Amino acid sequence: MNQTSGSFMLEVKSLNKKFGEVHAVKNLNFQIRKGEIFGFLGPNGAGKTTTMRMVTCLIPPSSGSIIIDGNETGANSLATRKRIGYLPEMNPLYNDMTVREYLEFVGEIRGLKGAKLQSRIQEMFTLCALSKMAYRSIGKLSKGYRQRVGLAQAMMHNPDLLILDEPMSGLDPNQIVEIRNLIKSLGKEKTVIYCSHILSEVSATCDRILIINDGQIVASGTSDELTAKSVRGSRFVAKIKADRHEIETKLSSLPDVSKVLISSVATPWVTAEVVTGDQQDIGESIFKCVVDNNWSLAELKHESASLEEVFTQLTRK
Amino acid sequence: MENIFIIAKKEFRSFFISPIAYVFITVYLVVTNFLFFQGFFLNNQADMRGYFGLLPWVFLFFVPAITMRSWAEEKKAKTLELMLTWPLSDVEVVVGKFIASFAFLTIAILASLTIPVTIMMLGSPDMGPIIGGYAGAILMGAAYLAIGLWISSHTENQIIAFIVGVVVTFVLFMISNPFVLLAAPSWLSPILSYIGLGRHFESIERGVIDSRDIVYYLSVVGFFLFLNVQSLASRKWE
Repeated sequence: MNQTSGSFMLEVKSLNKKFGEVHAVKNLNFQIRKGEIFGFLGPNGAGKTTTMRMVTCLIPPSSGSIIIDGNETGANSLATRKRIGYLPEMNPLYNDMTVREYLEFVGEIRGLKGAKLQSRIQEMFTLCALSKMAYRSIGKLSKGYRQRVGLAQAMMHNPDLLILDEPMSGLDPNQIVEIRNLIKSLGKEKTVIYCSHILSEVSATCDRILIINDGQIVASGTSDELTAKSVRGSRFVAKIKADRHEIETKLSSLPDVSKVLISSVATPWVTAEVVTGDQQDIGESIFKCVVDNNWSLAELKHESASLEEVFTQLTRK
Repeated sequence: MENIFIIAKKEFRSFFISPIAYVFITVYLVVTNFLFFQGFFLNNQADMRGYFGLLPWVFLFFVPAITMRSWAEEKKAKTLELMLTWPLSDVEVVVGKFIASFAFLTIAILASLTIPVTIMMLGSPDMGPIIGGYAGAILMGAAYLAIGLWISSHTENQIIAFIVGVVVTFVLFMISNPFVLLAAPSWLSPILSYIGLGRHFESIERGVIDSRDIVYYLSVVGFFLFLNVQSLASRKWE
C-alpha cells in the first residue's frame, strides 16, 4: 500500500490480547481506509468482538497498538472514543427507558444540547424509522426496533468510525435490506466496520473483507479477490438431454476439466457438474461439445466459488 | 462535571420509573415512624434521639436495597460495557451513580421531616440537635451508600449485592460496639472504635456534630468510591 498513514481511519499494529492462558488475538495487523465499509469476518470465538472491544477502548491490548485517525487509543482514550460509534453484539439497552429518553441521554453524553439535541433526535427517528416508537419503553420493543435503537445510539453523534457488531441479528429480510442500504449510504462519508458471520451480508455490503480465525488473519481482500482464492476451481452446471455415461466420458475429456459429477438423472434431462482445475472459463468448450454430439441443452451456468466455501475452507480446523 | 450530572440524572430518573421507589420510601417512613413513636410517648420527651438511634439499624437494610441494582443490573444487561465505550471517565460514572443514590436517600430522609413538625406541635424541642441529627444521618447514609455501591460493582446479581451489602455494613457497624471493643485485644480496640461506622454516630445521635466525625464519614465515602473506580478498572487487568 502506498498511502500515507493520514488516509487510514484505523490502523492496528501487531495487536495481541491474552486472557490468562488463552491467546484470544494473535499479532493482528490491518488498516482501514477512510470511507471504507470494512467487513470483519470470522467464526464465533475467533476474536472479532475482543478486537472491537480493544478498538473501542473497553479493554486495553496486551501488546500492540491501535491508531484511530493518527491518534493512538491508549494515550487519547477519551478523544478517540468521541469519534467512534459502537453497536455491540447483543445490543444492550436500558429496558426501562423510552426510546426518546434513551436517545436524549446518549445525545447528552455525546455533548449535544437543547435545539441541536432535539433536531438530531428527529434526524435519527427519520433515519431509523423510529418515530412511531418514540414514547414506547425499550423493553417492550420488538427485536427489529431494538436493533434500530441500537443503531441510532451508535450514530447519534455522527461518528467518523462506526463499528457494528452483528447489526442484522433479529431483523427480517425487509429490514435487512433497509439497514444494508443505510449502512451503504453511511459508508459514502463514514468508515464502517461490520463484524459478522453472515457471509452473504458482508459480501453484499462491504468494500473489503478480513477473515480471522483463532485470533489470526487468514485472508483479506475484496469479496472477488477472496472467492478467487478458493482452492476449488470454477464450476459449470449443464442440463443436458443424453445418456449419462456418454456425457460423463465426453465432458471429462475436455481440456482443463478435472472432474465431472452427474448430480441429477431426472430423465430425460441430466444435470452435470463440471469442475475445472483453475479459474478457467470453459463454458464455450462445454457448449461446443454439446453441439458436436448433437445433444439438447436446457441450461448452462457458471458458478464461481461462494464466499461461504472460502470461509469454510479457511476457518475449518 | 457535566457528564457526572448527566449520569446522575439518568440514574436518579431510573429510581422513579418503576413504582419501587415510592413503595420503598413509604415502607421506610412507616417503619421508622412506627418504631419511633412507640417509645416517644412513654419517654414523654420532645426530642428525636430515639429516632436517630434507630437510623443506623434501619439503614443496614434500607441502603443496600438502594444500591444493589446500581452496577449489578448494568453488568447483567451488558449496558455497562456500552457505557464504558462512551467518552466518559470511570470516575465520572462512579460519582454520577453515587450522587443519584445519595439524592434518593436524602429525599427519603427529608420525607421524615413530618416527625419534627409533629414534635413541635406537641412540645417545644431543641432544634439544634434535630438539625444536627439530620445532617449526621445524611452523612452516615452517604458512607453506607458508598459501601453498597462498591459491593454492587462486584456482582451481576442484585440479591447477592443486597445480602453482602447488609453483612458488610453490619460488620463495619458492629466492630465499634462496646461488646466487641471489650472482647478485642487492647491494642485493637481503639482502631476498631475508629473504623466502626457506629461509634461516630453516637455523638451525632446526641446532637453533637464533631468535625472528626464529618472527616471520618467523608473519608469512608472517598475510600469506597475510590475502590469502586478500581473495580471498574479491573476489566483492564484480565
